[in-house]
Amino acid sequence: MKHLTAGRLGAVLLASLGVLVVCLAIGLVTGPSGISPGAALDALLHPAESGALADIVWRIRVPRLLLAAGVGASLAVAGVIFQALLRNPLADPFILGVSGGAALGGISVLVLGTWIGVGAGAAPLAAFAGAIGTTLLLYGMAAVRGRVSATQLLLTGVVFNAFASAGIVFLASIAGLADGSRIFLWLIGNLSAARTDMGIVVGVFLVVGLGVALSLARGLNLLALGDEAAAQLGMAVERQKKILLLATSLMVGAAVSVSGLVGFVGLIVPHLLRLVLGPDHRLLVPASALLGAAFLVLCDTLARSLLGGRELPVGAITALVGGPLFLVLLRRNSDRSFTA
Amino acid sequence: MSLQLRNVALRLGEQTVLRDVSLELAPGEVVGLLGRNGAGKTSLLRLASGTWLPDAGDVLFEGRALSDFPRSLLAQKIAVVPQDLHVPFPFRVGEVVLMGRGPYQRWLGFESSHDIECAQRALERMGILHLADRRIPELSGGERQLVLIARALAQEPDCLLLDEPTAFLDLEHRIRVLEVVRELVASGASALLVSHDLSLAARCCERLLLLADGRVAAEGAPGEVLRADTLRRVLGFSATVIEGPDGLPLVVPELGRKDSVERGA
Repeated sequence: MKHLTAGRLGAVLLASLGVLVVCLAIGLVTGPSGISPGAALDALLHPAESGALADIVWRIRVPRLLLAAGVGASLAVAGVIFQALLRNPLADPFILGVSGGAALGGISVLVLGTWIGVGAGAAPLAAFAGAIGTTLLLYGMAAVRGRVSATQLLLTGVVFNAFASAGIVFLASIAGLADGSRIFLWLIGNLSAARTDMGIVVGVFLVVGLGVALSLARGLNLLALGDEAAAQLGMAVERQKKILLLATSLMVGAAVSVSGLVGFVGLIVPHLLRLVLGPDHRLLVPASALLGAAFLVLCDTLARSLLGGRELPVGAITALVGGPLFLVLLRRNSDRSFTA
Repeated sequence: MSLQLRNVALRLGEQTVLRDVSLELAPGEVVGLLGRNGAGKTSLLRLASGTWLPDAGDVLFEGRALSDFPRSLLAQKIAVVPQDLHVPFPFRVGEVVLMGRGPYQRWLGFESSHDIECAQRALERMGILHLADRRIPELSGGERQLVLIARALAQEPDCLLLDEPTAFLDLEHRIRVLEVVRELVASGASALLVSHDLSLAARCCERLLLLADGRVAAEGAPGEVLRADTLRRVLGFSATVIEGPDGLPLVVPELGRKDSVERGA
């Protein structure tokens, strides 16, 4: 009988970590300034002796890599959790409307900021405020009589996302050309304009979200059987669902505030790993964190380097790479893994 | 007493599903719960497992209210076999049966060798050890039912609540399930069995409880409850009840004779 052992978990984590390190290394030596891999490594390891090179590596590339890794890990873990929480393999981190709230908050400041005397630099903070506001709204709407119902959550999220889109369209239509292109970049997901100090916020909420997901990973397995069965197997269902919902929403909110709506990471990474590793969340959660980070680091490296000096929005890369890959997987495995 | 329901009532929205139902399960006893579709059997099972709270009355396990138990402790005492198993992700049979060990595990823990042993024994007992590495969506309805029973056995419960556990099973497996229930009960557990197979229930259960419109319509030994007049009045069909070679009642339905004259048992 196959079952999860510490050895298997260790092997999976080690392999995932290896992939992440390789992706980080590729990202480190790739860039428009034409630094050789050897020089980049040297600057990384001995910053004091490398002068201007160390500046590029330590001030530009490393923060960008860490940001991409943090956002990728957050979105992938959030995808795993929402898929389990909603018992829906098609759920992604944006499905509950937290992203819509963040987008509305951030874009409001982008467009209206000059009128109320706030610079565009405040957009990430406003986006995070929007995410928190939406999370509270979700709670208020969905937690009827102490129970968090998946259907209520989904409906609230879908409706709120539609509402937020309408608000964004309205703001975009009154915005000038410059703001309009910023909004576009934000909606498709983009790391080039990210404030690296917001990376700390992403990191903090990633650690919290990951900690919650790891400690409740067995509960995520039980939730697949349904709320009733999970309770009958000893899980404090409502309490754990509320904790998961809160931690995940904040994690998504922080990631979206920095990068905008980077699609496909939260959908495709969990699916891919479920195909390879099976659905046990004790494996799936940590592996998603590491490989979600690796996936976005790789996509962001492509976004930075494909067009030479000009950057592509990373969200376009994740969708271009992720979309076809997802369809292939879906077709190849339609007989078992995606439908129960 | 192992499990006690005292004068419980349950409302769902406008509708009263159960009213003033009392039921006691003693250790070493199987009680059969009979009734038409929608009579409130599954609701009663949900109250008995602490999944729902009653609107009136008490549910006690070993003299203590179910709501006083931490969930994980309750899941060590009471196991539920639901009607069916649906998972949105392709878990393996072994993994689902191991989830029955969940109430004994710490938050982050791996399954211990004892957990694995328990799950393996449960699979073996249900005759599905060969399915251990198969994925749930690949199974037939009957196989899923056997998995659910194996999961409940892995919980090592003192009280087993079964909701039509044999509905999709062939006769060989029905008998096997009832034998397993009898074995568990012989070692001091108690069981509540929802069933539509009256003759089989008569052979597995010490007592039968007939539920109609959320009330207890009849209760007692199989021979007292399974009488033609009761069946017609409560369950709405005509049948001849004869005594089997084992001295227990056999229900023989009469097709196309809804208004037939009552025959004595």
